[in-house]
Amino acid sequence: MARTISYREALNEALMQEMERDASVIVMGEDNAGGAGAPGEPDAWGGVLGVTKGLYGKFPGRVLDTPISESAFVGAAVGAATRGFRPVAELMFIDFMGVCFDQIFNQAAKFRYMFGGKAVTPVVIRAMYGAGLRAAAQHSQALYPLFTNIPGLKVVIPSSPYEAKGLMIQSIRDDDPVIFCEHKAMYDTTGEVPAESYTIPFGEANVVREGDDVTIVAFGRMVSVAAQAADELAKSGVGCEVIDPRTTSPLDADTIIESVANTGRLVVVDESTPRCSMASDVSSLVAKEAFGSLRAPIEMVTAPHTPVPFSPVLEDLYVPDAQRVVNAVKTVTGWER
Amino acid sequence: MTETFTSRPAAGLDDKSLLRAYRTMRTIRDFEERLHDEFATGEIPGFVHLYAGEEASATGVCSNLDDDRDSISSTHRGHGHCIAKGVDVKEMMAEIYGRTTGSCHGKGGSMHIADLSKGMLGANGIVGGGPPLICGTALAAKLRGDGGVGVAFFGDGGSNQGTTLESLNLASVWNLPAVFVAENNGYAEATSAAWSVGGGDIANRAAAFGMPGVIVDGFDFFAVHEAAAQAVERARNGGGPTLIEVKLTRYYGHFEGDQQTYRSTEVAEAREKLDCLKRFRRTVTGSGQLTDGQLDQVDAEVARLIDEAVEEAKAAPQPTRADLDTDVYISY
Repeated sequence: MARTISYREALNEALMQEMERDASVIVMGEDNAGGAGAPGEPDAWGGVLGVTKGLYGKFPGRVLDTPISESAFVGAAVGAATRGFRPVAELMFIDFMGVCFDQIFNQAAKFRYMFGGKAVTPVVIRAMYGAGLRAAAQHSQALYPLFTNIPGLKVVIPSSPYEAKGLMIQSIRDDDPVIFCEHKAMYDTTGEVPAESYTIPFGEANVVREGDDVTIVAFGRMVSVAAQAADELAKSGVGCEVIDPRTTSPLDADTIIESVANTGRLVVVDESTPRCSMASDVSSLVAKEAFGSLRAPIEMVTAPHTPVPFSPVLEDLYVPDAQRVVNAVKTVTGWER
Repeated sequence: MTETFTSRPAAGLDDKSLLRAYRTMRTIRDFEERLHDEFATGEIPGFVHLYAGEEASATGVCSNLDDDRDSISSTHRGHGHCIAKGVDVKEMMAEIYGRTTGSCHGKGGSMHIADLSKGMLGANGIVGGGPPLICGTALAAKLRGDGGVGVAFFGDGGSNQGTTLESLNLASVWNLPAVFVAENNGYAEATSAAWSVGGGDIANRAAAFGMPGVIVDGFDFFAVHEAAAQAVERARNGGGPTLIEVKLTRYYGHFEGDQQTYRSTEVAEAREKLDCLKRFRRTVTGSGQLTDGQLDQVDAEVARLIDEAVEEAKAAPQPTRADLDTDVYISY
């Protein structure tokens, strides 16, 4: 039965249900319980934004607070994964990958291939990404393309509470390391989510709305921005097909290519910076695989190639919005050779 | 808190255990000496970092560990740790030659030999890469309650990595059944540990994390074995982590091909006066526990094993195009 709950509650429910189902699922991170060694409540915080709240009460031995030592505890999650556990480690802000990247890309990502298929590393690394909270340059980046670049990692970017729950459960059950990218401005976003446990397979895009004129591929929080633009454009008779790939690795290339084969036009909306981004990746995919179908040059709507600014005025200019998507769609529909 | 171990010959070890330890050390030595020769022919791809001279460390520590519940992480100088933890020697040799019969089907090479079924998490090409992983395997053992222990081997170079220091702290905070073994062979590549390790002995750092720190003579199998036995027992009984610094010397360069112009005559002296295999032989024959004949027989058996390993590795099939994209999730 579906109820309306928040993105935060959907993630919490996914963790709770998987911990109940499988005793090998453990959770660790800075303040994931919160209050370790302190005189107050045993799980005072439940994660800095409350995603893991309540887990400690039910599974006290399986929710571990950590020192602020990302290399050590992300590595510990990876090590425990090689020994029969399914750890979910929280990196907090995705920007903190800088202090523990070795454990992710040289260790976890490589084990299965480098050891000739003899290792499985079922670890999930949760990380908050994205701008919008005035958190400035070191707490606001959309770094999922960096992880997508690494063979051996799977990269998940849920766009709604429904996606958040189903993709989290799938991530925990997957035998490869998964980078789970949660948009920090979406935790209070609500939507219909089934109460029961369910999975969403990796590499299967969701066609958010159908249309025949332009294909819009959007990631994470940009999916709702693209949908908003599509609503606006529908008023003037432009039909947009909005595709949410849901995972950047694996990427559902077929759904994107089939859509462009029908529409002949592509706009990619990506909150990350433009170079070597999902926008450039999807653009190159379509240029190579659907060149004959294209009726206009591809448009990329991305952040500028700058650090994320602090000033609210500047940050609002930084993040792609519906108007920029509308403009891009008008560019591709209005293009003439 | 730092204490120095001295040799206590053959304490508590029966003949069978002594012979096994000698065989392990001899296997490591012959494996590495042979690789030194074979690498010079140009037939072995990539980089090879030899463990010769350090055998008493891996053997002394791992002789306290079980195959299934105990795990180790290693370094780029990992052959000795692999052999001491029971990884198949022929598969190791084939891996170093990049063949499909290798431990990792030729996809890992010398720096990534692993056997998870033996609790060997891989030689590791990243200095300081192993200690965080061992916090995880030790956590797994603790949560499972099986008495297992995780052992992180790292060098004097790795002792200066933040990952290692973070792991010492995490192991202390979580009271993990972990043992950190700093193999101080005097050089991080070409840079002297006397210069690069702030504060002198690595073992001194243990005090800062509230765990015992021990210094042990790495030429003395019995001293290493005893120090590790105490640390492993403490870990198994919930007493938390220990940092052991093993002082030793590597007989070859950082990698094969290293001209070692930064060194003096220490290797010749160590080989002559300190060598762990010679010392072990003197100790066990002197005490009458084993005879020269028994040890000579092990030498002959190991020599045959290494000959066969090299022969079989050279004859083993190379991977094919079909192997390139297996064992990894390919999207796109």
